[in-house]
Amino acid sequence: MLWGILAIFVLAALAPWLHRAFPRASGWLLALGPAALGGQYLFRAGEIVGGPPLVETHPWVPALGLELAFRMDGLGLLFALLITGIGTLIVVYAGAYLAGDTRLGRFYLFLLAFLGAMLGLVLSDNIFLLFVFWELTSVTSYLLIGFDHEREAARDAALQALLVTGLGGLAMFAGLILLGQMGGTASFAELAARGAMLKAHPLYLPALLLILAGAFTKSAQFPFHFWLPGAMEAPTPVSAFLHSATMVKAGVYLLARLSPALGGTEAWTGIVATTGAVTFLVGGFVALQQSDLKRLLAYSTVSALGLLTWLLGWGNPLAVQAGMTFLVAHALYKGALFMAAGTVDHETGTRDVTRLGGLFGKMPLSGTMALLAAASMAGLAPLFGFVAKELFYEAARDSVWPLWISVGAAMLGSVGTVTVAMMVSVEPFFGRYVATPKAPHEAPLGLWLGPASLALLSLAFGLLPGGPQGLLASAVTAALGEPSSFKLALWHGLNPTLALSLATLAAGGLLYAARGPLRRAFAAAAGPLSYGPTRAYEWTLQALKGLAAGQTRLLQHGYLNYYLLVFLVAILAMIAWPLLFHWDFHLRLPNSGIRVYEGLWAALIACGAGVAVATNSRMFAVVALGVVGYGIAFLYLLFGAPDLAMTQILVETLMLIVLLLGLYHLPGFAKYSRPASRLRDVLLSVAAGALVTLLVLITQQNPHPARLVEYFSKNSVPLGQGRNIVNVILVDFRALDTMGEITVLGIAALGVYALLKLRLKGGGEP
Amino acid sequence: METLLAVVIGALYAAAFYLLLRRSIVRMLFGLLLLSNAINLLIFTSGGLTRARPPIVPAGAAEATPPFADPLAQALILTAIVIGFGLLSFTFVLIYRYYQERGSDDTAQMRATDP
Repeated sequence: MLWGILAIFVLAALAPWLHRAFPRASGWLLALGPAALGGQYLFRAGEIVGGPPLVETHPWVPALGLELAFRMDGLGLLFALLITGIGTLIVVYAGAYLAGDTRLGRFYLFLLAFLGAMLGLVLSDNIFLLFVFWELTSVTSYLLIGFDHEREAARDAALQALLVTGLGGLAMFAGLILLGQMGGTASFAELAARGAMLKAHPLYLPALLLILAGAFTKSAQFPFHFWLPGAMEAPTPVSAFLHSATMVKAGVYLLARLSPALGGTEAWTGIVATTGAVTFLVGGFVALQQSDLKRLLAYSTVSALGLLTWLLGWGNPLAVQAGMTFLVAHALYKGALFMAAGTVDHETGTRDVTRLGGLFGKMPLSGTMALLAAASMAGLAPLFGFVAKELFYEAARDSVWPLWISVGAAMLGSVGTVTVAMMVSVEPFFGRYVATPKAPHEAPLGLWLGPASLALLSLAFGLLPGGPQGLLASAVTAALGEPSSFKLALWHGLNPTLALSLATLAAGGLLYAARGPLRRAFAAAAGPLSYGPTRAYEWTLQALKGLAAGQTRLLQHGYLNYYLLVFLVAILAMIAWPLLFHWDFHLRLPNSGIRVYEGLWAALIACGAGVAVATNSRMFAVVALGVVGYGIAFLYLLFGAPDLAMTQILVETLMLIVLLLGLYHLPGFAKYSRPASRLRDVLLSVAAGALVTLLVLITQQNPHPARLVEYFSKNSVPLGQGRNIVNVILVDFRALDTMGEITVLGIAALGVYALLKLRLKGGGEP
Repeated sequence: METLLAVVIGALYAAAFYLLLRRSIVRMLFGLLLLSNAINLLIFTSGGLTRARPPIVPAGAAEATPPFADPLAQALILTAIVIGFGLLSFTFVLIYRYYQERGSDDTAQMRATDP
């Protein structure tokens, strides 16, 4: 499994070159990768459905207990097949959809990288490995939503999706760590076996809440759902793949995966089922307000994700069976509808359903496929969506909740789904033909192959529900943690469930017929309806930016003097504080006597410094600095350091020459500071100087042991072959320092040369 | 003598800090120059003062006869003097070029990273 995932990543890395080499056929070529992998999974499906899961483990960071552990059971296989299967169609579709776009190579790169990450996510058996892939899908999703990065809306939407799912992911990471600590293992399979112990653990609730934060943000559950409609800024292949069929189901996958370990408690059912049900209803309600094809589909995806979460929250066998069946049905019809919507957009130049109509005559093939998929979405027999909806109603009739709540909510949301299904299929394809920005034609093969395959699969699974039955049963078994068998059937006989289905269809149809007044009513209520989590997100983001800007203004104001001032005050305070409050020694002044000429030199140095500070003439200041420098050189000479004296004199002379030559080109001293701030600086400097004096005196208190000096003195001749110990240290004992010093000088010289040669273009604007 | 030098070092530091806090950038440069001299002298004094006894092994002897000046402090200062020169030359040219391009020597004008 590792090699399969790695192969997809390698293919992703090669995609831009492949696209450059075969610009026309690249989509078809690249689709072979996921197709081959999917074929391999399908080939082994019988083995996995009937027998034990495939397990594969490679060492990764053994010291941390991290391993590349993969495990393919029914649940993983179901997702892996959806990812590779739909992924193959999407790659082909993208090749036609973005044909001629110069950025297509990069698009393939992101798309395939996402595919690899998503596969890794559903096949990981290690919770931390899952997290890594989880974040990778967030990052690739960010890149894909912001693919059209020159548009601000796309950038904002990408950031929004990343922030919401990324924050949720962080919370989930904390939850996973807790889970690993509680269970004493990082393996999902072992955690599932320790469910009873985990559920009784005192940390159960915090861990559950943190993990749910990750799952709910990723799967766009209310109130985090708002990023998903925003993500429609992405090119349509991305919306069809990431934001309907695969990535947004990662949260649902995690719920199913962890349900044996954490599910079935009151907290689980209460939080997960309620959130799911609310999302189901809110998504459906908001979808009705939309007129953009992709946003219609996006909100109905939110609604569908809510439904899946709801069913997994209940967690009884019937609900999980309905959930897994609906998951497949939704992936098939929603992928097809998104691609069909993209095709309509591609051919007509608009996605607004109120400006579309009567396209069926122009695009019969695409229209048929869209209608088939929409029929599955609405739950019409004999499509697979009907099978799923029947199971959903069965589960609602047999749940832990009061019948009127569960069936009522199920009906209400499903009516919305039916209406939306008609809005995205009947409205653009039938009725009076409306002229569109582009004259529509039937789409090319690449554009209808994807929707056609998925729509026909919906039909095939509906007619022959025995086909996917084994795989679904195996997935249900994995999500339940106990063996389960169920039979899928198209016809359940004349029973109350069928009556509910028919009633839903009728109500949905009526609502569709009343879409005109409905839209007017929504438009009238647009003001109050605009309040919601999106507003909260925008407000938080603005507040955060404001806070950051304020802090930057406060700390990074750009006034060099104040930076220095802050440094100086901070250092002074840090040194003076312990000195003043932990003063526990008596200061003895060392007394080696002062000879007259020594005292004179010292006074000369101090005077030089004073003149350099006080003078208003640059020339005077330079001369004063020279006095200080030469004075210090003479001190070196007096106290046994002839090498230092020599170097100091040389450097000082050079410096004086440079300064005297250069100062001619620099302005004279100007008095920029006010007297008050000058006084403040004088006080501060004097305090700092006094502190340094004190520190020097303190270091004189206990003469340091001179073991090093002794060593250098003894070994200078035998090891260094030199009699001048300072020289031997420089070129022998500490030669590396000297090497560094030469390098620094070289770099400084290069810098000086470059600065002098640098001529800025454009009238001195750097 | 150590006490006197401690006071001189303090005076050099005070002068250097005051110059560094000025807005006129040439004054800051002078402050930097004074500061590097002050630091060298600080290290020199901390090594202990020994009059007129350079750390040299006399011809024929195996090691230097104490007392002699601390050779390690001297080696460190020697490196520091040279690097200080490199630093100052670079800073000086930087200031010079800035003044050429911008016509200002006031650090309060140098606030933007991307003017």
